[in-house]
Amino acid sequence: MSSSVLATVISNGQEDLLKEWVQQQIQAEGMRRDLIKVEELTAQSREFLQRFQGAVGSGDLINIRSIAWSPVLESISDLSRQRGRMGFTPTETALFVLSLKAPLTRLLREAHKDDPIKFIDEITVVGELLDKLGLYTMEVFLQSREEVIIRQQEDMLELSTPVVKLWDGIVALPIIGTLDSARTSVVMESLLQRIVETGSEIAIIDITGVPTVDTLVAQHLLKTVAAARLMGADCIISGIRPQIAQTMVHLAIDLSAVTTKATLAEALKTALQRNGMKVVSSSAV
Amino acid sequence: MQERIPILQMGMVLLVTIQVDMHDRLALQLQDDLTNKISESGAKGVLIDISSLEMVDSFIGRVLANISSMASVLDAKTVVVGMQPAVAITLVELGLSLNGVMTALNVMKGMKLLERE
Repeated sequence: MSSSVLATVISNGQEDLLKEWVQQQIQAEGMRRDLIKVEELTAQSREFLQRFQGAVGSGDLINIRSIAWSPVLESISDLSRQRGRMGFTPTETALFVLSLKAPLTRLLREAHKDDPIKFIDEITVVGELLDKLGLYTMEVFLQSREEVIIRQQEDMLELSTPVVKLWDGIVALPIIGTLDSARTSVVMESLLQRIVETGSEIAIIDITGVPTVDTLVAQHLLKTVAAARLMGADCIISGIRPQIAQTMVHLAIDLSAVTTKATLAEALKTALQRNGMKVVSSSAV
Repeated sequence: MQERIPILQMGMVLLVTIQVDMHDRLALQLQDDLTNKISESGAKGVLIDISSLEMVDSFIGRVLANISSMASVLDAKTVVVGMQPAVAITLVELGLSLNGVMTALNVMKGMKLLERE
């Protein structure tokens, strides 16, 4: 059985293997000595090697998704996530598993000194196995990156839709970033909720931070305005930049039913006027 | 005796408070009662408070729009007050923006709006 040979080879030469492997990792091109200490690397490698040896001992060298391999996969995924967070590149992360190939090959060659055919067979199996583990490392690495992106998107969604009270009866919603369907529903809900909470009759939607307005974005804006109107609040759209005004006219977006102002200041002035208030300089009083 | 939604008369204004789940027959009954009451009393304004209404469908939305159109034919202005955010979003998504219906945040503001008109 080839597997038992591999297991024996590893257990016999464990300390040598570990030393050689760690050496291999440290000397490898682009190893980030600044991000990880040699002691830590050695500890990680030792733990992995123990689990690897256990899994090899089970006799299954083909299917790394089997139960025997789950401790190995677990330690790989921990390591991969950790390195992803620390800022390792994908190559540097994959190198951890892949650099085990050279020392293992050397050990096997010593074990099969007089049987080259068996040595080649053995090397093929081990090579495939390590490649699979390397690919798994990459998979987890990318997955952890993806998770970070998704979390950031969610954070942004929450952060980017604050509804601020400007005055008694006036709330403002500064929108920053592109309005898509998902964001519109969040924006709409939080705006309407605040309108109810504050009893505001006027809501100013400021789109200074919206980079482009196409028909879809305009439709979302009009939906928000319509929903606010249904609840009894008037909307003023402010911060329409000249280019956006031009595109809106070219796209034949009809905003005639909505009050629009060039700046938030203008909008606030109008809103105060509607509530029967006026801002005057103190010297005029 | 089937249930009805009460219509209260306050001066020249009719006040309707919907405090139960609207089902189709109830909505049609309200439409009937309200038009009768407007022509009987010669009211100039109708105030419909839907602040306890948690859910609407396209039919109820359409009935609300119809009631307001019918009232305006009978020379009375309609104000819908206290719509919940969820209801407003649903109506907009259904494409029912109740054009021509006046709206207000609560009964007090609705009354002020009617007085102004």
